[in-house]
Amino acid sequence: MIKVPTLAQLTAEGKTPEILFWVGCAGSFDERAKKITKAFVKLLHNTGVSYAVLGAEESCTGDPAKRSGNEFIFQMQAVTNIEVLNGYGIKKIVTACPHCFNTLKNEYPELGGSYEVVHHTQLLKELLDDGKLTIESGTYKGKKITFHDPCYLGRANNVYEAPRELIKKLDAELVEMKNCKAKGLCCGAGGAQMFKEPENGSKDINIERTEQALEVKPDIVAAGCPFCNTMLTDGIKSKEKESEVPVMDIAELIANAKDL
Amino acid sequence: MDILPNMLFVIILLISINIFTRNILKIKNNINLGRSIDRSDNKSARWKNMARIALGQSKMVSRPIAGILHVVVYIGFLIINIELLEIVVDGIFGTHRVFAPFLGSAYNVLIATFEIFAFLVLSAVLVFWARRNIIRLNRFRKSEMKGWPKLDADLILYFEIVLMSLFLTMNGADFYIQTNFPTATDYHQAGSFPISQFMTSIFDGMALNSVILVERSAWWMHIIGIFIFLNYLYYSKHLHILLAFPNTYFANLNAKGGFANNPTVTAEVKLMMDPDADPYSVSEATSDEPEKFGASDVMDLNRVQLLNAYTCTECGRCTSECPANQTGKLLSPRKIMMDTRDRLTEVGNNIQENKGVFVPDGKQLYNDYITAEELWACTSCNACVQACPIDIDPLSIIMSMRQYLVMEESAAPADLNNMMGNIENNGAPWPFNQQDRLNWAEDP
Repeated sequence: MIKVPTLAQLTAEGKTPEILFWVGCAGSFDERAKKITKAFVKLLHNTGVSYAVLGAEESCTGDPAKRSGNEFIFQMQAVTNIEVLNGYGIKKIVTACPHCFNTLKNEYPELGGSYEVVHHTQLLKELLDDGKLTIESGTYKGKKITFHDPCYLGRANNVYEAPRELIKKLDAELVEMKNCKAKGLCCGAGGAQMFKEPENGSKDINIERTEQALEVKPDIVAAGCPFCNTMLTDGIKSKEKESEVPVMDIAELIANAKDL
Repeated sequence: MDILPNMLFVIILLISINIFTRNILKIKNNINLGRSIDRSDNKSARWKNMARIALGQSKMVSRPIAGILHVVVYIGFLIINIELLEIVVDGIFGTHRVFAPFLGSAYNVLIATFEIFAFLVLSAVLVFWARRNIIRLNRFRKSEMKGWPKLDADLILYFEIVLMSLFLTMNGADFYIQTNFPTATDYHQAGSFPISQFMTSIFDGMALNSVILVERSAWWMHIIGIFIFLNYLYYSKHLHILLAFPNTYFANLNAKGGFANNPTVTAEVKLMMDPDADPYSVSEATSDEPEKFGASDVMDLNRVQLLNAYTCTECGRCTSECPANQTGKLLSPRKIMMDTRDRLTEVGNNIQENKGVFVPDGKQLYNDYITAEELWACTSCNACVQACPIDIDPLSIIMSMRQYLVMEESAAPADLNNMMGNIENNGAPWPFNQQDRLNWAEDP
């Protein structure tokens, strides 16, 4: 078990971490997403990044409330979080959730919270480029991996390459779905759909996306968002392929490859 | 010299300019019914965006077939407008091919270019027609495209077919007169006619007067047709040929994922968070009617959203990329834009009929045009925004209307109310205690 430093502890010790790991609600509470959180934390330790989490001082960014139309709850959450973040003098934030990433990066500055915000795949790519992260193991050598672009990472913020370059570093064969990058198809969870039943239609969106993923016959479906992960995992279960095609976060793939 | 045709031409020209100007002003006034929004920043980036996307058609070609055909029609439209200038000058002064003496052999090149583009436009438009009426592409057959929108789309294509045919007929007849009737001094040797030269056989054996009649009729019908088309724009979906330019200029240049923070809410939240604020004194200082949260009608939307609505040409790329629409949900981003425009026109007409005041008509954009089911189907994935070739943002209207539903009507689906209650109470969308946020680190 890894000891995860909190900002409160480090501050009490007079230390200032370089980067705040914003875990997010899914990363904190969702059983599946917690595994992603742990994989990423292992990588942070492995690469010697100076980081901390907020722990009990973290709260929802307000994203699902904002996408539902409740600006009140969103802005209340935002100003409360900003008070905490500014109180600690946070400069840089990393998160494994594209929704937190987008909200912190694009919607907080106007409300008084300006930070350098990166997605965990961007940080991992950075560490790789700096030589701090090495991926040499052949766990995924030759495996066909397809990457599902999270809307809030891809279209919303034009981050397409960092996750792909990491997959290529695994010596895996990156295969693209019919809809990818700027034309990527949503998993169906965005805009607070995660928390409600879908409206009436002929099909669920995650099934449509799962079919696109399975079309390219991947060994693994890679994701970069805890919500996409849930939606695609459910989709693959409904196709009874869960034993053949796992849905894994990029952080998990790398942590596995490094045998962490 | 008989100046009757010239006078007639000038009168028609003035009338058409007059009607056109009035309609453009109407559009401007209607757009100004929206809330103001500051897009005066970043001027150079805005010009670049306009140059790249509207002038340069950069987003059109993401779908190569429609994209390239559209580029052909677009360049044809721009180039043939130069010829329009000559036609107008000829019309006013009773001259014939007035530019020819000034341009010399360059004139031949120019006319030849116009002809080639007229032919290319004609071909492209026929393919467009086939895509709508023979191949019947899915995105042109969606439910919002029944009735007038379908007819409107076809009429525009017919207009273009007729205009290009008249243009080529006029040139063909002119060329025939130039080559076969050297005595017809009005028709001096001018121009090169790579396309319409193949039409001349239809004039074989015709008397000079008959060919002149064909040439003149085609000339008049062509220019009058253009004036009619110009004024048809206001009533059709075709305004994009003009509005694509301001629309791309005023587009959101920031990351698509950053949704605007509602300023009315920001003010309220500041007040709540400020321990020194006296809520009673402030409410008196502000305007008598508190501003509505979100949008239930077009006046609650901002001016860029309304400009978006007039700019939409109903191509349906947004709808065909929409995950909700693809999976059979009611939502169609194109319909959001069409509904907004239709409601705005209705409100604008209401104001005009009632001498400058809006008389409530018992209708609004929400529910009478756009239903809650449509709004709740959106995943906010930005596929529609990405797909729009001219930077229209249907998502921002959906979000403005969700804000109205939630903050004014408390009409969110029950599941979302639970989720929002959780965020308010324990800082997560699920009912977990905030104190337990680090428990994952203790798990084995």
